[in-house]
Amino acid sequence: MAKGRVIIDTERCKGCELCRDACPPGVLALADELNSKGYYPVFLLDPEHDCTGCALCSTVCPDGCITVFRELSPKEMQSYAKAAA
Amino acid sequence: MPKQLLKGNVAIAEAAVRAGCQAYFGYPITPQTELLEHMALRMPELGRAFLQAESEVAAVNMVYGAATTGVRVMTSSSSPGISLMQEGFSYMAGSEVPAVVVDVMRGGPGLGNILPSQGDYFQVTKSAGHGDFHPIVLAPSTVQEAIDLTVLAFDLAEKYRTLVFVVADGTIGQMMEPAELPPMQPVPESRPDWALTGARGRPRNINTSIYLGAREMEEANIRLQEKLRRITANEIRYAEQEVDDAEVIVVAFGTAARVAQTAVQRLRKEGLPVGLFRPITLWPFPEERLAQLSEQEATKRFIVVEMNAGQMLLDVRASVGRKFPVHFHGRMGGVVPLPNEVEEEIRALFALDDNHKMQMTMEGSNGNRRH
Amino acid sequence: MAIADIEFDAKLEKIVYQRPASLDDVHTHYCPGCTHGTAHRLVAEVLDELELRERTILVASVGCSVFAYNYFNVDACEAPHGRAPAMATGIKRVNPDNIVFTYQGDGDLASIGMGEIVHAASRGEQITVIFINNAIYGMTGGQMAPTTLIGQKTTSSPLGRTLEMAGEPIRIAELLAPLPGVAYSVRRSLHDARHVLQAKKAITAAFQAQLQGLGFSIVELLSSCPTNWGMTPAEALRWVEEHMVAYYPLGDYKVHDALQRARGRRG
Repeated sequence: MAKGRVIIDTERCKGCELCRDACPPGVLALADELNSKGYYPVFLLDPEHDCTGCALCSTVCPDGCITVFRELSPKEMQSYAKAAA
Repeated sequence: MPKQLLKGNVAIAEAAVRAGCQAYFGYPITPQTELLEHMALRMPELGRAFLQAESEVAAVNMVYGAATTGVRVMTSSSSPGISLMQEGFSYMAGSEVPAVVVDVMRGGPGLGNILPSQGDYFQVTKSAGHGDFHPIVLAPSTVQEAIDLTVLAFDLAEKYRTLVFVVADGTIGQMMEPAELPPMQPVPESRPDWALTGARGRPRNINTSIYLGAREMEEANIRLQEKLRRITANEIRYAEQEVDDAEVIVVAFGTAARVAQTAVQRLRKEGLPVGLFRPITLWPFPEERLAQLSEQEATKRFIVVEMNAGQMLLDVRASVGRKFPVHFHGRMGGVVPLPNEVEEEIRALFALDDNHKMQMTMEGSNGNRRH
Repeated sequence: MAIADIEFDAKLEKIVYQRPASLDDVHTHYCPGCTHGTAHRLVAEVLDELELRERTILVASVGCSVFAYNYFNVDACEAPHGRAPAMATGIKRVNPDNIVFTYQGDGDLASIGMGEIVHAASRGEQITVIFINNAIYGMTGGQMAPTTLIGQKTTSSPLGRTLEMAGEPIRIAELLAPLPGVAYSVRRSLHDARHVLQAKKAITAAFQAQLQGLGFSIVELLSSCPTNWGMTPAEALRWVEEHMVAYYPLGDYKVHDALQRARGRRG
């Protein structure tokens, strides 16, 4: 199971490919359908594997298209559960 | 308040302080530097913003910045400095921020000299800078009037979100006369809702003069022109002296008007029917009143007296039509006309017969110097 | 049963990154891959993190970023070309409790605006300047800038910039640093993720300089212009790394003591 996942705002994406180049596990690729602005936006390959939620993609994205999620580690889960209790 | 002997520049500065001016940014240039120097003393004393900028270009942009935050702000300069500021004026006009600008006019064009002139008339009345706009232009002719018009300037600027110029010449800036200062007005507590103050609990405010699309830009201009129409309808000011039965009416502003006033008074003592019309707002220009005067039965001619090559002259001629005789007497380069020479010019008009009407009118235009 | 022993079926996630609130929800007009977008994002993130959005006033300048006021969710105005530091001076002097920043390109700041930036810096105006150096004039179609490199071809240096015609490119971070009024003058780059993160730290420090009333702060950001350089976004970032960093060394040219102490180390 992938630890992380990203959501791409495909309408905002300009297909600059910087995120794809920056992604260490290489889980991003350009779609082959244009968005309404005429760009090929990026998308997350195979959401079940490999994305680590490192957020390097969102770090280099000039347009702030990417929201990054990461699974909580067991330690983080514990402190979350404690806080919620 | 009691009258004091005041230098024009200082009086204008103090009047601004008392009108609640919250910020002053300027640069030294003769013959208005005393205004800056007075502000340098008074504004910090009162905890208000003062800065001598590195140039007039910087100064006008500091004014622009402060004005976007909705405070009462002013600058002052003289002809070459006003030219430098014109970029800023145009932007302020386009983005509709209020500000007061004092122009103490000097000899030009170019660096010119530091003597008084009225050579900036076109520059300040026809536009604020590039683009379609007119600042309100107020022209005092005494130190007292300079004080009163400075206070008015802030009110008008705020009322219409526009630029208001107070144009004096070097004489008025430098002369000392007894005058009364107004009482101290408090600095306004609140800011207008369009002002940039930080988007706390409200949508953000944007202040800009950019409208990329043609239709947008035209609409913005239509709004500006509408504003100018409202100003024209409500804010024209002028003074008249013995015009009702005058055969010759002198039209002059500022120091030229004071000189003309003396000439008119002397000629009246001799029984000559002469009067004086003195625009106080150079923009909006009192066209209608001048047109009315030209239609009076008694009135045969106007003579415009200016310290330039004939600038307000064109507005007078436009107001009364080219067929009506409008003569001209102008001095340039910082020369101030004397009452004697103005008297002589007026006397010569009384000696004209009607055949010479058109000829005199032609000679009076196009900047020909007359002695 | 201890919490640690429970096996969770559902996945609990945290948001590692999302668009900052200080960026308005509009699509920018910047070219694909243009680092203006990155710089905007970083400034917006810092404004969010330092909770400055509601106090902030932006002075936008003239260049590709002329519509920056449409992108930041703060009160903003538009300065004539080069004049932003003077407008910012007027705003801050009258409103010292507001946070005032300018956002300027190399034409605006280093060419027509050179007088205004030097004097604002020299006076120690309590403003923050974000300076985007992409060695070219983007908005007007790719002309030479004061920061264009020797030999670099632009539409107004079609055979390449020469020393004889235009002298050496100007290094702004170094130029302003010696002025006593400058509290913070650094250069960073946006050419890869690591440098982007370093740039963000510098932007944070710059706004902190203003918050603490330490003086003038400027962050020069080496940026790309794929369109006018005639490169892909990725190639352009490599060009920044391989050519611009050599001439414009990254580093801290002025860091006020108070900022150094806060960070515990230099750099």
